[in-house]
Amino acid sequence: MNPEILQIATFTTLAALIATAVMLVPGVAIGWLLARTNFRGKALLETAVSLPLVMPPVATGLLLLWLLGRRGPLGSLLELLGVEVVFTPGAVVIAMVVMGLPLLVRTARAGFEQATKRYEQIAETLGAGPWRVFTTITLPLAFRTILAGALLGFSRALGEFGATIVIAGSIPGHTRTLALGIYSFAEMGQNQDAAILLFISIAIAFTAVLVSNQLTRDP
Amino acid sequence: MAIFDLDFFLQQGSFTLSVTDRSDCRSLALFGPSGSGKTSIVEVIAGLRTPSRGTICVGNRVLFSDKSGINLPSRFRGVGYVPQDVLLFPHLDTRENIIYGCPKGTVAIERLAETVEFLNLNAILDRQVSSLSGGERQRVALARALLSDPDVLLLDEPMAAVDLPHRRRILQVLLRIRDELEIPLVYVAHAPDEIATIAEHVLILEQGRLTMAGLPSEVLPKQAY
Repeated sequence: MNPEILQIATFTTLAALIATAVMLVPGVAIGWLLARTNFRGKALLETAVSLPLVMPPVATGLLLLWLLGRRGPLGSLLELLGVEVVFTPGAVVIAMVVMGLPLLVRTARAGFEQATKRYEQIAETLGAGPWRVFTTITLPLAFRTILAGALLGFSRALGEFGATIVIAGSIPGHTRTLALGIYSFAEMGQNQDAAILLFISIAIAFTAVLVSNQLTRDP
Repeated sequence: MAIFDLDFFLQQGSFTLSVTDRSDCRSLALFGPSGSGKTSIVEVIAGLRTPSRGTICVGNRVLFSDKSGINLPSRFRGVGYVPQDVLLFPHLDTRENIIYGCPKGTVAIERLAETVEFLNLNAILDRQVSSLSGGERQRVALARALLSDPDVLLLDEPMAAVDLPHRRRILQVLLRIRDELEIPLVYVAHAPDEIATIAEHVLILEQGRLTMAGLPSEVLPKQAY
């Protein structure tokens, strides 16, 4: 077997796991904000978070390149700190976070909207403050839905192509992911290698979505 | 004795609730058909709904007063609320549910033991709440509310999910809570006999209005429920 295949599969899975871990806290926080609070600009936040779902991924990648490139507003700041993002594994993770976050936010939001409000009220009458209510009632009750959302975000990250190729390229052994590898191998006529990567992609994504669907069903 | 001083107006959508009553009693009952506003009153006292205007006092504490700008959050109201659907926390076992509102420490352990004994919960302490019967759930919810050290217990149809043989037993427990623990009760029920047993003052409600108030012996026979 082509040794690059194992490297690609390992790198992609690791990058998707890191991306999922990174998106978890902001994803849960935004999901909770959208489900439970009313504030000015809520509709804007809601739309901005969902945008990567409907925008062409290449356009999202271009936007990220503009933001994080050396002359971009964030990239120039990072360069002052000696951090370069574009065309690095870090850029792969960033693309995965941006593309996976909307799925996590939407699922977490649904979890917070579903069943927890009345239990939270009872906890309040029992003397619990907002933080205790959140950590002992809200989060545990929404945990399965949040986990399902994280798995969906992970699956989306795993299959990310358009944004990644723009901001991270497809550098063998460095930034090449499963999706980019399939495309590159197929383009070069390495059909067997492409087929193996395809199989790996299907296996991981199928398992993640299957578990996610099980989690969102009633226990 | 506790003074229940309720004088408020609540507007929610097309539903309006207007209550003015002052009573000095150990147990106040709310009686009336579905949709008359009984649960809303309980939730207003618990701080889960905010009146448009008025005053709510229990004992010597002002829980809400629009004129004074007071609206105590639920957690500072000292209410032990047992809702109609009980709402035991499904991810916690029976023991964890019971001690949820109880401050930690040695006193808490003693109080837990007393309450468990008082409500006869020893045999079910380690069970998952999903496996409890209606009566058991009701007693666990009562224990949870009691251990939060309430100044007043709010009971919204506590017999709704309890079969007949267990009703008498729970009524006895509630009377002991009122008389021995000296915790005043606000009690919502559809059954006049329950109210006659437990209440010292009754508010009769209809479509969000207080139509009658007084001793159970004075107001209950006049109702055709």
